[in-house]
Amino acid sequence: MEPVTPYPPTDDNARARTFLPAPPLPLFLLQPVLRRIVTRIASQNPDMFNRLGPHKSANFIIDVTSLPFVLHLRPDPEDLLFRAVARSRKPEADAEIRGGFLDLLGLVDGDADGDALFFSRDLTITGNTEAVVCLRNALDDVDGSIAQSVADMFGPPGRAMLSALRRASARKKS
Amino acid sequence: MKPNLTIGPILFHWPAEKKLEFYARIAEEAPVDTVYLGEVVCSKRSPFFEQYYEDVAERLTRAGKKVVFSSLAEIMLKRERNMMAGFCEIEDHEIEINDASALWHLDGHKFRVGPLMNAYNEETLRYLAGKGATHFAMPTELPGSSVAIMASAARDVGAGSEVQVFGRAQLALSARCYHARAHGRIKDNCQFVCELDPDGMPLRTLDGNDFLAINGIQTLSHKYINLMAELPQLREMGITHFRLVPQDVDMVAVAKIWRAALDGVISPEEGQKRLDALNLPAPFANGFWHGQAGVKKVAVERALASL
Amino acid sequence: MRPPELVCPAGTPAAMRTAVEAGADAVYCGFQNATNARNFPGLNFTPGELERAIRHAHENGTKVLLAINTFPPAGKVDLWRDAVDLGARLGVDAYIVADIGVADYIARNHPDIRLHLSVQAAASSPEAIKWYCREFGVKRVVLPRILTVSEIKAIAREIPCEIETFIFGNHGLMVEGRCSLTNYITGQSTNYDGVCSPAADVEYRRDEEGNLSTRLGDFTIDCFSCNETAGYPTICKGRYLTPARNEGYYAFEEPISLNLSSLLPDLMAAGVNALKIEGRQRSRAYVKNVVSSFRKAVDAIMAGEEPPLADLIALTEGQKQTEGAFKSKTWR
Repeated sequence: MEPVTPYPPTDDNARARTFLPAPPLPLFLLQPVLRRIVTRIASQNPDMFNRLGPHKSANFIIDVTSLPFVLHLRPDPEDLLFRAVARSRKPEADAEIRGGFLDLLGLVDGDADGDALFFSRDLTITGNTEAVVCLRNALDDVDGSIAQSVADMFGPPGRAMLSALRRASARKKS
Repeated sequence: MKPNLTIGPILFHWPAEKKLEFYARIAEEAPVDTVYLGEVVCSKRSPFFEQYYEDVAERLTRAGKKVVFSSLAEIMLKRERNMMAGFCEIEDHEIEINDASALWHLDGHKFRVGPLMNAYNEETLRYLAGKGATHFAMPTELPGSSVAIMASAARDVGAGSEVQVFGRAQLALSARCYHARAHGRIKDNCQFVCELDPDGMPLRTLDGNDFLAINGIQTLSHKYINLMAELPQLREMGITHFRLVPQDVDMVAVAKIWRAALDGVISPEEGQKRLDALNLPAPFANGFWHGQAGVKKVAVERALASL
Repeated sequence: MRPPELVCPAGTPAAMRTAVEAGADAVYCGFQNATNARNFPGLNFTPGELERAIRHAHENGTKVLLAINTFPPAGKVDLWRDAVDLGARLGVDAYIVADIGVADYIARNHPDIRLHLSVQAAASSPEAIKWYCREFGVKRVVLPRILTVSEIKAIAREIPCEIETFIFGNHGLMVEGRCSLTNYITGQSTNYDGVCSPAADVEYRRDEEGNLSTRLGDFTIDCFSCNETAGYPTICKGRYLTPARNEGYYAFEEPISLNLSSLLPDLMAAGVNALKIEGRQRSRAYVKNVVSSFRKAVDAIMAGEEPPLADLIALTEGQKQTEGAFKSKTWR
């Protein structure tokens, strides 16, 4: 069942929207969750920040095209930031990564290859390319799946949701 | 030691008559000491001029020039392997090698190391000197700070050192012929379309900027390297040979300017002025020498400070 | 027929573990500096990481090959020597080298460690290969991607060392070790800085219609309309104008990847001892998919079965694949 969306449907990942909370979601409810996620990932993988080199303090905008908001990430262990921002209030950033929900999920699930998504034009990057490459390499060196770790934080409902998303992703690929 | 001005091998596929005319003028009019002869880029082109080398070499020698033969840079096919084996048997003249396959044949014989041989450091230089190398032409992209060390290492083993001071930079080699590709052909069926572009086939960017020049399997810079302003530095380092790479321009005029500057008859500033006055078809660049993007033209005051 | 060694890329410790699990016989990797030809930001191994990675690989019967395959520029040789000595201390199974000086250093100081001649050395004839074997005791040559299978077969008969060929990944156009295109535009050398189109100099510009232009340094090297697939932002995969053409064209090569899965039996019969998968800059997902599918293919061929041909097109550049020079000379 497709939820009625107040924002225009985009070209990708129609199925994924089924699993997303229907907006308008008050962003302030989302912020503590995002903060928990990023703090957990950071504490589990302290080494990953070394791969970011000078780009630790870079500001990344992650634009999931099917979401009504964008994500703002600053992967600095001293000053971690991961928050949702309304599209209309998108902050200045060093780099922007834009893609469909399932594709970006694939990247943090260790299931998708960033270069391949770029070749197929499912992923677009603008701004400081080197910062993006460093972030990609840092995330890719995290053993297991970041998506799984996040799902585990939410117990059985989290894991159920991730399984459903993985099935949707597999359907999209086939 | 008196600085030696050299003319590198012709990289382009000029018709035989054009090459003959070129070398006739070089012999009679160009104040150069050494001339490198031979097809470096494409083995398919070689037969076109083979029959003339003896006469050309003789004429240049009579005019007081030293003749050195340069080898092919890419050895892969049976034909090329045979050509290299034959090349390494040249006795009457010195030879300059541009591919490691020559080292197999040359065991114990003297040879010069060409700019496409990847001798990037003093260890490699010493090793090759131990195998008979008497002269090193620096890789085009090697920055001046490294060339200085190479020149000193060469001096220590009694070898010459050479830097390209004029002409397009040789940036890449491929097994594929990009000239043929541009004309919808393949290498085996190229019909020698590279002959259409005596100074290389221009490649411009999609927004219309001059970028590169294609020469068969070789990719060259659009801009001409020009190290006139760096001449005092080069002399200071003890570089023994200064190479002019032939372009489809008045190379005699270019050689005269360089000769005058090398001999101290004119200043590098004056040399630069005269080169500018030739109105060459591409702008100058010197970035590689300064450890920067090769396409850049670095102002020399700043350049001196950076070394 | 002896089973060929499947040689797999590892850009990070996690990628190396993935390759080992997926069935790599050997993995190749490098340090976080200019001594290897994939000196990309955020990639490669610290000494501590490599020490742990080698232990893990060896516990699983996988060899670790250390790429020290760039050319030290005069005055900086020590960095390369240090990398060599460190590799020996950590217990690498072989070095992959390109520079004559570096090869000589290894032959004199670490004669017990295998020496492989990198594709960066551009040794494409039996004479060149024989010279490196004689001088430095090279045990294996990685052949340039410019030879046909029958040419590889002919070389195999003439040389005294093993042969490794690329079977999948980036389709290198220029003779490796002989390309200064990146340095001409960015001031970073592929040969002595170990980078090709450094990310810091790459910029993607997206216009209102979704067209994507790729810039390297001050130059536009390609422009993709919104429905076109893309490739690596390298000069040799870009589009340009020339008088002989009416519009922008891929002057060197279009975005495309090498995939020799269907030629594997021929390569193995030609005497190839090791099969190399390119892609240290790629993700774990790539390593897992490509390595496991080639593992299955090689095992099937060794068992006398028809090799399964996995669909790897999604991982290829421009979503296109080629057998490049390996199948036919018409590629040239």
